[in-house]
Amino acid sequence: MRADHSRPTGPATGPADPSVTVRDSMTTSLPPDTDTPPDPAAGLLLPVPDDDGAPFWEYAARGELRVQTCADCDEPRFPPRPCCPHCQSFGARWQRMSGRGRIWSYVLAHPPLLPAYAALAPYNAIVVELAEAPRIRLVGNLVAAPDAALNSVDPARLRIGAPVKAVFPTPPGGPTVPRWMLERP
Amino acid sequence: MGATLKDATAIVGIGQTPFAKRLPESEKALACRAIIAALDDAGIAPSEVDAFASYTMEETDEVEIAKSIGAGDVTHFSRVGFGGGGSCATVGHLAAAIATGQASVGVAWRSRKRGSGPRPWTSTRVQLPTPAQWTRPFGLLRPADEIGMLARRYMHEYGATRDHFFNVALACRNRANQNPAAMMYDRPLTREMYMTARWISEPLCLFDNCLETDGALACVVVSAARARDCRRRPVYVHAAAQGLPAQHHGMVNYWNDDPLSGPAWTAARHLWKGSDLGPQDVDVAQIYDAFTPLIPLSLEGYGFCGRGEGAAFTEGGALEIGGRLPLNTGGGGLSEAYVHGFNLIIEGVRQLRGTSTAQVPGAATCLVTAGEGVPTSALLLRS
Repeated sequence: MRADHSRPTGPATGPADPSVTVRDSMTTSLPPDTDTPPDPAAGLLLPVPDDDGAPFWEYAARGELRVQTCADCDEPRFPPRPCCPHCQSFGARWQRMSGRGRIWSYVLAHPPLLPAYAALAPYNAIVVELAEAPRIRLVGNLVAAPDAALNSVDPARLRIGAPVKAVFPTPPGGPTVPRWMLERP
Repeated sequence: MGATLKDATAIVGIGQTPFAKRLPESEKALACRAIIAALDDAGIAPSEVDAFASYTMEETDEVEIAKSIGAGDVTHFSRVGFGGGGSCATVGHLAAAIATGQASVGVAWRSRKRGSGPRPWTSTRVQLPTPAQWTRPFGLLRPADEIGMLARRYMHEYGATRDHFFNVALACRNRANQNPAAMMYDRPLTREMYMTARWISEPLCLFDNCLETDGALACVVVSAARARDCRRRPVYVHAAAQGLPAQHHGMVNYWNDDPLSGPAWTAARHLWKGSDLGPQDVDVAQIYDAFTPLIPLSLEGYGFCGRGEGAAFTEGGALEIGGRLPLNTGGGGLSEAYVHGFNLIIEGVRQLRGTSTAQVPGAATCLVTAGEGVPTSALLLRS
């Protein structure tokens, strides 16, 4: 494992602009290109990392789920922030998680929504509490396969407490946004 | 013990515009109309105004308002953040300024064309208190989704049902049906309508969501001594509080030990500490209702019932006139108007003047709360 204090190398993450970019927002209404499979995430909002959050996304691009953890008192914290609320240390590392957790809650979103999301509605959004750190809860989506769409799981399968595991889609246009699959599909 | 806010100031004037899905005038013009109406109600000349308070989301600013209405020299102006969480704090900040001699006549206001204007969540360029990178890519786009997530968990932990949320929606609608100024005045709600309504963010349906309104409201705050000379019966600011709990994350409060005990709990502790009264003394409540689940959560936070009992509290007509705690007697954000909760303050004043369209007989104390689920505020008003 690489040194936890440093960030992984790789392409620069999103722009510093404090906004959220839309991938292919101008092309989502065009007919599908028959040479490439449709991207179920086309038009969805992409994360625009801030300084504190950038390592999360860089590790996710490598298929790793990591949580910012105090280098001095070992308390994990989420969302990431500059210093530890328990001991005020500015030292942090990114602790690798198993990627296992349980659904803490969920919603099924219906319109009105942004166009790319409306096209998938109703879709689920879930909150997952991590097995190693139950108070670290990540917002995500339950999907039927790593690259499947946000509406790919029958809503009847959603249950609070259901065990899930993180998956890491690798869309051609990048970046990787972690999603979740049922441990017992 | 130093200076106290307790009954040191009073709301002596209230004003509002009509409420509608679309009003032709600008937010600035609507703000001026509401403020001038409130000053007229108080019998105070605009030239006497020397303090302003509003929300950080308010688009009309002090310079424009002051010069439009003809205010005098202004010596206190403040803004409160976090959307509807700031409503009661606008009055709280004026009360603090007036009680400490920073100003003498304060105006709080909110003007918003949310009915005809854009929905804030459709702007993906606006950053949230908790960075949107953790929520928006997953389609958790709207406040309804963020509160829906907490609502589902609340239902799971405490056995709350959609019928409990319906009790909230119905009480507000019933009061709106008594209030000719309410957007839903002539639109009764039935359980059948509620249970068959379209979903917005399941478990929340259309009727669990507040209205979209154009409108403006304002109120005037002065010292208790000055209040006795005003045109209307004073409504005293008995206590005021704000609340930002430790490790709170805003509307996406998923990352602390106890996401279901929100800012209401923090504000309530401070509110009751500064008060001669307790929850059992409250005659009528105006509780921020952008979404129905905020009511049971707030009932617990402000101490009207125990943890997990907020849903059950709504049973048996408890929130109706004649019930344990008549709620949102003008119709609230769900059925009168959604103007970031400022109409709840104004309705609280009406109740204590005895002029509500759904008057609680003999009401002498009213709790008004701001948005739960975001850094919040509250007022305890008394006649």
